[in-house]
Parts: sequence; C-alpha cells; structure tokens
Amino acid sequence: MAIWLDENSRVVVQGITGSEGSKHTRRMLAAGTKVVAGVNARKVGQQVEGVPVFGSVADAMEQTGANVSVVFVPPKFTRDAVIEAVDAEIPLCVVITEGVPVHDTTQFFAYSQQKGRTRIIGPNCPGIASPGKSNAGIIPADITPGGRIGLVSKSGTLTYQMMYELREFGFSTCVGIGGDPVIGTTHIDALDAFEADPETAAIVMIGEIGGDAEERAAAHIDSHITKPVVGYVAGFTAPEGKTMGHAGAIVSGSSGTAQAKKEALEKAGVRVGKTPSETARLMAEIMRSL
Amino acid sequence: MDLFEYQAKALFAEHGVPVPTGKTATTPDEARAIAAELGGKVVVKAQVKTGGRGKAGGVKVADGPDDAFAKASAILGMDIKGHTVHSVLVEQASNIAEEYYASFLLDRANRTFLAMCSREGGMEIEEVAATKPEALARIPIDPLTGVDLAKAREIAVAAELPEAAIDGATELLAKLWEVFVKADATLVEVNPLILTGDGRVVALDGKVTLDDNADFRHPEHEALVDIAAVDPLEQRAKEKGLNYVKLTGEIGIIGNGAGLVMSTLDVVTYAGEEFGGVRPANFLDIGGGASAEVMANGLEIILSDPSVRSVFVNIFGGITACDAVANGIVKALEMVGEVRTPLVVRLDGNNAEEGRRILAEANLPAVRPVDTMDGAAKLAAELAAAAA
Repeated sequence: MAIWLDENSRVVVQGITGSEGSKHTRRMLAAGTKVVAGVNARKVGQQVEGVPVFGSVADAMEQTGANVSVVFVPPKFTRDAVIEAVDAEIPLCVVITEGVPVHDTTQFFAYSQQKGRTRIIGPNCPGIASPGKSNAGIIPADITPGGRIGLVSKSGTLTYQMMYELREFGFSTCVGIGGDPVIGTTHIDALDAFEADPETAAIVMIGEIGGDAEERAAAHIDSHITKPVVGYVAGFTAPEGKTMGHAGAIVSGSSGTAQAKKEALEKAGVRVGKTPSETARLMAEIMRSL
Repeated sequence: MDLFEYQAKALFAEHGVPVPTGKTATTPDEARAIAAELGGKVVVKAQVKTGGRGKAGGVKVADGPDDAFAKASAILGMDIKGHTVHSVLVEQASNIAEEYYASFLLDRANRTFLAMCSREGGMEIEEVAATKPEALARIPIDPLTGVDLAKAREIAVAAELPEAAIDGATELLAKLWEVFVKADATLVEVNPLILTGDGRVVALDGKVTLDDNADFRHPEHEALVDIAAVDPLEQRAKEKGLNYVKLTGEIGIIGNGAGLVMSTLDVVTYAGEEFGGVRPANFLDIGGGASAEVMANGLEIILSDPSVRSVFVNIFGGITACDAVANGIVKALEMVGEVRTPLVVRLDGNNAEEGRRILAEANLPAVRPVDTMDGAAKLAAELAAAAA
C-alpha cells in the first residue's frame, strides 16, 4: 500500500518534449516508474526516452491505460493542460509547474471539483513519491527506501531533507502539495489518506507561513487522525508583508504566522520541532517506540 | 503587488467603474494647479500603500487652489506608519449621502473567490466583521461563472444596501469584477463605496493587489511598480532572476528551495540569540539547479550588501547532487574574486561526501564547511558576531 501512487500507477507526462519534461521523464523511468505516455499535440508519434507521444491526455489514456498525469508545461499553458486532463477524467493530475497565475489555478480546481473525477496535486510542487514503487514528479528517488512514515509538505527541499534524515525508517508515500495560495490537494486530504493507509504508521507534516491551512489541518487532526503526527513550520522569523519565495508564503497582518500554526498543531497533540533536525528526531523517537 | 489609490482608480476608470475626477501631484504648486483646473472644493489625499491615512491626517478637504497648496504642503513628506508621502491625489470633492463597502478577493481557505459587501462603509472592514458580522455579506463566487448583473444584484441585496443604491451598486460591482478578472487581481476593494446626493454610486477609494505570477500576460503591470520603494539589491537580484528579499541582519543566507531557506532564516535567528542577536541579512533561494553561474550571481549580490559579516550557504542536494553544487561554489568564488567574508557551507543529501571532499581539496580560505544545518547556523552567527 501507499497513498494515491503505487507500483501499478501508469504515468503520462504533459509537456514531455520540453527540457524539464524530458529530463524528469528520464529520472522517473530510472526510478522504476511506469511512464507509459507523453502528450504534445504537435509531436504525435514521436518518442521521448522511448516513451510514445500522443496528441491528447484522452488518447494517451485510451492507448496506454495511463492513470496519473504529471504536468511540466509552462505557466501560460498550465490551465489548459490541467483542464484537458480533467476532461479526460484522469484520476490523478500532478502539476509541477511554478508560477501559475492564481486565477488559472482557482478555475481549474473549480473545474476538477465540478467534474469530480480528478485529484489535483500542486501546482508549484515537487510531486508525489512512493519509494520503491513509483515516482511522479521531481522528488529524488534514491534518498530513502520504502517504509512506514507518511509525509505531506508545502516545501520541496524540506521534504527531501526530512526523507534523508529519516531514511533508516523509510517512507510509505511523500506528497509535496506545493507552496501556492490555492492548491489541489491539502494537508487534510493527505492526512486522511495516510490515516486510511494500513502501511503508514506515523505522519510528518511540514507547513510554512501564509493562509490558515495548518490551523485547519490541526483541527482535523484533533478530531479525525489517530496515528502519531509530528509537525514542522517554516518562517517564524519572516517579516510581515513579504513573499518568501513561494507565492503563498506571506504573513498578512496577524494572519498566517508560523507561531499561530505551531500553537494550533500543539493544541491538537502534534509534536512540533523547532528545526528540521529536531523534527526528524521527534519522528525517530516515535518510530522506535512503535 | 499592491497598487497606490491613484493607480487603482485609473484601473477602475478603464473598466468603467465610476470614480471622482482627479490627478496626482508631487509638489504643492502642482496641487494648486490641479485644484484650479477642477474648480470648487477638492480633496487632497496622501498616496501611501497603507491604511489609516485619514486618521493620520493624510486626507484633507480644501476650499480652493490656495487651500489645496496649503494642504498638500502639510501632507507631502508626512510619515504614515513608516511610509513617506511622495505624492498626493487631488480630487473633486464628492457630495456623500451614504458610505458602503465592497470587495472581491481570493478566498485561500475555500479555494475560490469571495465577494464582500456591507452597508457599513468608511471604517475598517475587519472592525465591521468583528463587531457587526451580520452587516457584512459574504458571497462565494464560482470561478467558472463569475459575476454577471444578476449575481452583482444578489450581492448588493444581500448587503442590504438601500433601494436607491441597488441599481448603481449592481452596475459598479459587475464592472469591479471585470477589473478583478482582467487585471489578474487577488483583491479589489472599495471603501467607501458612496451614494452621492444626486443618486450616483461611486468608488471613493480603491485598493488593488495584483498577482505577480500573471505578469507574463500583463506587460502593462511593469509600469505600476513603485521603483523608488524597491530595495536596490532586490532590484538587481530580480534582474538576474534570483528570488531575493532584503532583511535587516548581518548574516547573508543562500539556500535551495523556498521552504529550506525560510527554515534557515529561523535556525540562524535562534543561533544568533546566543551571539548578541545577530540575524539573517536576506532571503535568497537559488532554486533546485544551483549551477555555478546562479551561485556566483547570488554570492555577488550578498557580498555587495555592506551589512553582511558572514554568509551561510545551506544546500540540500536533491535533483542537483552536492558534488555539482560544490563545483559551483568553487567556480563561483573564482568568478567573484577575493572574498574576505567567511562562508559557512553546509552540504547534505545526494553525494554530500563527494561535495565536501571537493570543497576541502579546493582549500578556499573563506570557506568553512560544516556537516549539519544547526551546526552551520551556529558558526555563521558566531563569525558574524565576531566581525562586528
């Protein structure tokens, strides 16, 4: 088991002919991912890294049984690419692209909700990896083996760091949900999936300043999650009103502060580390006690 | 990007949202000339990107050109919550019968758009929300269908605006939505929205926040940037495509990934508490790639900041392995030339040992390798404090 992505997942890459798309197709294949198709309407019939290119997501699904899409197209074309994937009713669409206008994301998210067939992860995220099984996105595949920790994070590099520090235990699935103000999959969605996954024993949740997703996740943990959760929040010392790299990472007035998020998580019984290393130590203690 | 009131109103006017007639002035003489041109009573309004201008004395009514000169003299140069007033908007005074509130915004929590409208205008909307929540209508907007005249009327009616204002408000709200969508805004706010003595509904103030991610389809947004307020280092970093934010401390920070860099700022601040309160001088995310050129550009920006006394390079090798990053640092230092500021380097993750070996072999006097993030933060703080 794992969540949302496993050894049976069949991946189609939207934007496979671009430099990022082809590079990461090669990496996903090397990680053992079943990358079965690519999409580019102008390059139908070509191959990239031995993967056939189709004219649309629907064609790729019909011809290859693809059930996960990974989107690498530039920000200008991302909305149309995601809408195409949603129209094709693909179950999972992972949007790696950074810099998508929030009006576009809000529209394609609303569209996916209306259709009700597609889970979107991202945009502006590193993707999802179930180590040893499949890897959809840009998370390095060789940091950690499979195991029983589930990880959900707004940040890519902090995800890799946590995977590295806890590699002796291994991970069931690592989900990078992205740092944009509007994202398709939230901490809460991932927490619920990990709760239901028998292979996951404990959960690491990484948040950062901006919005109130962590506070909402804390309330959800309090009432719905029985597995142990360890948390980390980045941005305690970020100044108000400045966007810190991720479009969603901004403290506005008194809202979105790291302190408020930490307090909400601790109130829900989540142990929150002061640094990434301390967070990893807290999780290691839990794993050893299981 | 937040806009000034005058920029917001120009955008409103382009899309047919009624606003008072006016112009901006940067000197009292200009203010007098504009008042003479407009005739009658005018309002002189400080142009700063913060709320509470009225309370701070930054908005004044003037009887005529000479009074506008006097009022502008008093307001120009004022400090309002840390913002210096460099220009004023001189507008025809409006005959205000009633004041309301209207806005469209991105509702992050619900991942949709939201309309807010109230018959209680002119005061801070947070206060209305806290003290009279029933007086603030909150209507979710479907991003796929948006706001047509029927939806706009629903908003005005839900806010219980008086009958006399409903038609005017409906039309204004539909046009305000057009501004929100066409300009890729995450906030358009009118406070107050007024009903005039002769029954018109007008936007007396305007606040707009634009989505920087949408700049690629809005070349016109570049002209709206307030160049005077942009930190020169931030400007140079932006020209080089670097994600840099100037902060107030002494320790230069370079890392890969926004989350890791934010975390680095925190860890360095905690470490600095033991060394006289030294703090990070900047946020700089060089992204996943971390090539020699990007690293050199980043180092160059950070080392040209006179407040920087030590630098912490915090890299977790993911997609880019640490040996490549180490080679990047070595080449970057060759490109930058002699560096006297100590550079604490922590390389971890993919091929970290090889990366550390490369740095050790290069034997660079400025570079101080440390294995862990917490240890490196401590050393960077210690070195910054020692150089004070």
